[in-house]
Amino acid sequence: MQVLYGRHHVRVFRFGLRLVRDEQIAEDLISEVFLDVWRQAGKFEGRSAVTTWLLAITRFKALSALRRRKDVGLDDETANAIEDTSDDPEVVAQKKDTGEALRKCLTALSPDHREIVDLVYYHEKSVEEVAEIVGIPENTVKTRLFYARKKLAELLKAAGVERGWP
Amino acid sequence: MMAASKKMLDREPSEIEMLLPFHAAGTLSARDARRVEDALAGDLELARQYAVIREEYAETISLNESLGAPSARAMQKLFAAIDGEPVRKPSLSVSLSARISEFFSRLSPRTLAWSASLGAVALLLQAGVIGAVLMKNQTASFQTASLSLNEPSSGPITRDLSASAAPTRALVRFAPEARIADITALLDTYQASIVDGAKGGMFRLQFRAMGKDEAAALLARLQREKIVSLAVATP
Repeated sequence: MQVLYGRHHVRVFRFGLRLVRDEQIAEDLISEVFLDVWRQAGKFEGRSAVTTWLLAITRFKALSALRRRKDVGLDDETANAIEDTSDDPEVVAQKKDTGEALRKCLTALSPDHREIVDLVYYHEKSVEEVAEIVGIPENTVKTRLFYARKKLAELLKAAGVERGWP
Repeated sequence: MMAASKKMLDREPSEIEMLLPFHAAGTLSARDARRVEDALAGDLELARQYAVIREEYAETISLNESLGAPSARAMQKLFAAIDGEPVRKPSLSVSLSARISEFFSRLSPRTLAWSASLGAVALLLQAGVIGAVLMKNQTASFQTASLSLNEPSSGPITRDLSASAAPTRALVRFAPEARIADITALLDTYQASIVDGAKGGMFRLQFRAMGKDEAAALLARLQREKIVSLAVATP
């Protein structure tokens, strides 16, 4: 378990953090995810990569955590901890830093779009693996990513950043 | 320009276009990667979009890498939770064999050696007892392998040797000069054994079962032995 944890905990943490946007919750997610893995190790059939399995569990736990947080309601402290990125791209674009603007716009994407962009670009998951993690058809994976990129282009355009596409 | 961009955003993406991000991440199959490469080589618009995708790809990695790593608290919490989990019971067979091997591994080599010796003695004793019981209950009989149709089929067909073929016995007096070695050699020659002690200087010898004539011939031959002074038939 220590080897598995050592190898994958950062990846799990980052994926979880991008979904829940709260470090404390993301850290709690890690222990929940690996505890589940420890309990269900016998059920892992080896048909998919370990990281695909881990990310699928992380996603499920993150969505559950988000639902719990919505049920409880946001207190002031939690609300302050969540980064407000709605107007950041414009501010950043004024600095003419396309890279930073891109990163800010990536943060401003919807949870569905964020997770698919992260899974494909950062976690380097194939169409089939993303479909398995998110639980959607493979064609939906492709179209969802395309529309996530379209949304990203719109956000950048709104911030005054031209990239030559679309 | 704005109108053209809006038009591009509104149109449905092509199959190749949707594969571009996966090509940038290197997760396409060899066949799809070749298709994308071929399309990129002949389509400037697609190549421009691919350059944008490469930029998105790099910045997504940069963004995720900037998120840092979790604190040690997460690991402590996990392993504390694992320690608090109930011990999982292995299957019965595994448990039993594990317990047996654990028991033997706890014994010292000396104890193990003594236990093995004790086990061997117990086995020998058991074999002796079984053998004695069998010998006691066994009559001198044998069972035929074939079955005659004339015989009653209620039980095994046996012939009792003890009733019809009694061993031949003789009373023998040995010559005073006979040595033990001579007597032993004679017993070997005749395949005989002494079944009764020297009463009045006579030994009762037992031979294999034989007919009347053969027994008489045997006695005559025995009588002619140098170390035998007297040999007479006896029941």
